[in-house]
Parts: sequence; C-alpha cells; structure tokens
Amino acid sequence: MHAIRVRCRLFARYAEVTGEEEVEVEVPAPATVADAIAALRAQLAEGARLPPHPLVARNRAHALPTDPIADGDELALLPPLAGG
Amino acid sequence: MPSHVVHGPLALDRLISQVAAPEHGATASFLGTVRAGPDDGPVVRIEYSAYEAMLDEEFGRITLDAQQRWPDIAVAAQHRLGEIPLGEASIAIAVAAPHRAAALDACRFVIEACKQRLPVWKREVLADGSALWRDNEGGRAASGQSATER
Repeated sequence: MHAIRVRCRLFARYAEVTGEEEVEVEVPAPATVADAIAALRAQLAEGARLPPHPLVARNRAHALPTDPIADGDELALLPPLAGG
Repeated sequence: MPSHVVHGPLALDRLISQVAAPEHGATASFLGTVRAGPDDGPVVRIEYSAYEAMLDEEFGRITLDAQQRWPDIAVAAQHRLGEIPLGEASIAIAVAAPHRAAALDACRFVIEACKQRLPVWKREVLADGSALWRDNEGGRAASGQSATER
C-alpha cells in the first residue's frame, strides 16, 4: 500500500485559526478528500477548530468529500464564501 | 485572456467593450458595491482576499456554464481584491447577447453563480479595532489579524 501526499491550503479564517497557510498531508491509498481533511485536522495543533466537513477545492475546482485524491493534488479548505 | 482579478478600481466600461459585437443588440451589466451591513458598527475598511488561481478558473467555468444555457452570449467579469472603500465596486459583470432577454437572464445567472462559487473572503474592520469575517449566507466570525492576499 503506498501513501498519497497532498498539499492542503488554508485561507482567510481557516488560516487565522490554525496559524497555517499550507500543510502537506499524507494518507494511505486509496483515499478521498474527506480522508485528507480528517488527517489534516488530526495533524494540526488547532485542527479541531476546522469544521469536519468544510467546503473543499481539489486542484482549483470545487470538490466533494467522496472525490478520490491522487498523489500531488492540491486541496484547499474554503471558509464560507463572500464573493460578489 | 485577461485576468478576472484586479487589485484596483474596476472599469465596467472596459468589460462592456470586451463583449461588444455587431451581432449583439443587448448588453446587461452588474456592479456589486461594498456596503456596511445594517447591524454593523462603523466600518473603517473592508478587505477582500481570495484563492486567486481558483478564482480565475472558476470565473471561466461560470462563463462556460452560462454559455451552455445561452449559446450566443459573451461574458466579461472581474472581481476586485484588497482593501475596497465603501461605495466602490467589488465585482463587475457585462453580458452581451443578440436580444435583451438572454443578456438580462445570463447576467443574473452569472452574479448568482459568483456569489455561490467564487473563493473570495471579506473581512470587515470596525472603528473599535475589532474585525469580522462576513459571508454571503449572513454568517460572521471574529477575526484576529489582517487578511493576506494570495
């Protein structure tokens, strides 16, 4: 079983509460977006302050928790949106 | 392809020029301007930050979605980031079509999609020094430090 490494980016309030903007997370393959978020929350000291089911983007497009992830993906945790 | 992100004042007339074409008999535009919420204290400034790479791509996907529904339209849109004074525009959209119904309907579609899908965040700094993260669903959360732009 190999590991999947993804780059997790945190923005706005999520960057504030965790003190992190970018974190690498490793999960066993196969894995989903939700697996990576769970690993990120466990890895960060303030990870519990992130919601368990945040809005997420995978490789700069909105993603679902059940979407599979691949080695080298970029995940972004998106706080509630305020554009427009 | 021009970027959908600007860090200074928006120019709606430039977007309207981009969608102009001899076959377009109607142009609809939307300008969203920064305002203080009704229950806020005095707002000193409002800062917009974004996941800029995704913002650019999401604008492109929203345009494609609109063009699937209204194939003859042209769309130009930009979001402003950084500190935006009250009363100035944060988003500008221009949609041109052969006829007014498609232009108006597609313009509405685009701004609604932008509100739901663009990875943009808004931080309000109040006169007492406190700050709030505001979202499009009416949510608010305390903020500790300055937003960073990426």
